[in-house]
Amino acid sequence: MSLTDLANPSRFLKFANRVLPWLGGVTVIAFAIGLNQAMGAPDDYQQGATVKIMYLHVPSAWLGMLAWGVMSIAALGTLVWRHPLADVAAKSAAPLGAAFTLLCLVTGALWGRPEWGTYWVWDARLTSELVLFLLYLGVIALWRTVEDPSRAARAAAILTLVGAVDLPIIKFSVDWWNTLHQGESVFRFGGSTIYPTILVPLLVMAVAFTLLFVTLQIAAMRNEILRRRVRTLRLMQAQAAS
Amino acid sequence: MEAINHLPFIVASYAAAVVVVGVLIAWVAIDFRAQRRALAELEMRGFARRSAAARSDTTLAQAKEQA
Repeated sequence: MSLTDLANPSRFLKFANRVLPWLGGVTVIAFAIGLNQAMGAPDDYQQGATVKIMYLHVPSAWLGMLAWGVMSIAALGTLVWRHPLADVAAKSAAPLGAAFTLLCLVTGALWGRPEWGTYWVWDARLTSELVLFLLYLGVIALWRTVEDPSRAARAAAILTLVGAVDLPIIKFSVDWWNTLHQGESVFRFGGSTIYPTILVPLLVMAVAFTLLFVTLQIAAMRNEILRRRVRTLRLMQAQAAS
Repeated sequence: MEAINHLPFIVASYAAAVVVVGVLIAWVAIDFRAQRRALAELEMRGFARRSAAARSDTTLAQAKEQA
């Protein structure tokens, strides 16, 4: 089965029903390994035990951005190719991205209090991450406000592409401005600055979170396709009754 | 000593993760059941998608021809 075959909603439903149990199982195993490694990892020489919060904070920050990236590609699919699954993918990714961004903000605040002495500062990284969360809320509100899914999809796609400007701002905020948030330490020129005993559990947790996102995204897309079928049948029912 | 001092922040972070992930999983599972139930009810009342209806019409026509 090729990717273009999956572009058909009925085929996607069959694909989703087949892969979701396996994906769910692999996700559970990945989390079991990741959490085991994270709990067994040594404390950081500066952060102490609070480094354990990083195993949640960093993957959720990545996924918050990844989900908006998925929505941006889907927005192009909606606006340029008018693909039926593109807006389904975008609508499904929005609540997931919002949830992971919220988790990033919450865990960041809980890490900041013992390490920085404050839950929140208006520095560029934190503020741009908060802006991303507000953008997610805006897109979700737009989907809920416009009743016709195709009209809602176009409006949400435009907002998504405008909001994509925030992604490079988040990524490079620590380079462009003098921030309290530390600079890049995982993906950077010259290699990671994190010692392998902490880096490996972090990457395993990132894989586990990504698998969770993929699983939930496919499941949410399946729900959205079913919701649209229900909507179509209800319209047929209303027409038959009138 | 440091670990004990910061333990509430670590526990709160993992609790927040459990809540967020739990809510997401519950939302997807509950929504799936609701959509599947609504679809089944509509199909029981005789409303089917055009492709599904077309398939059943074709099957009916073929059965009539064979008869």
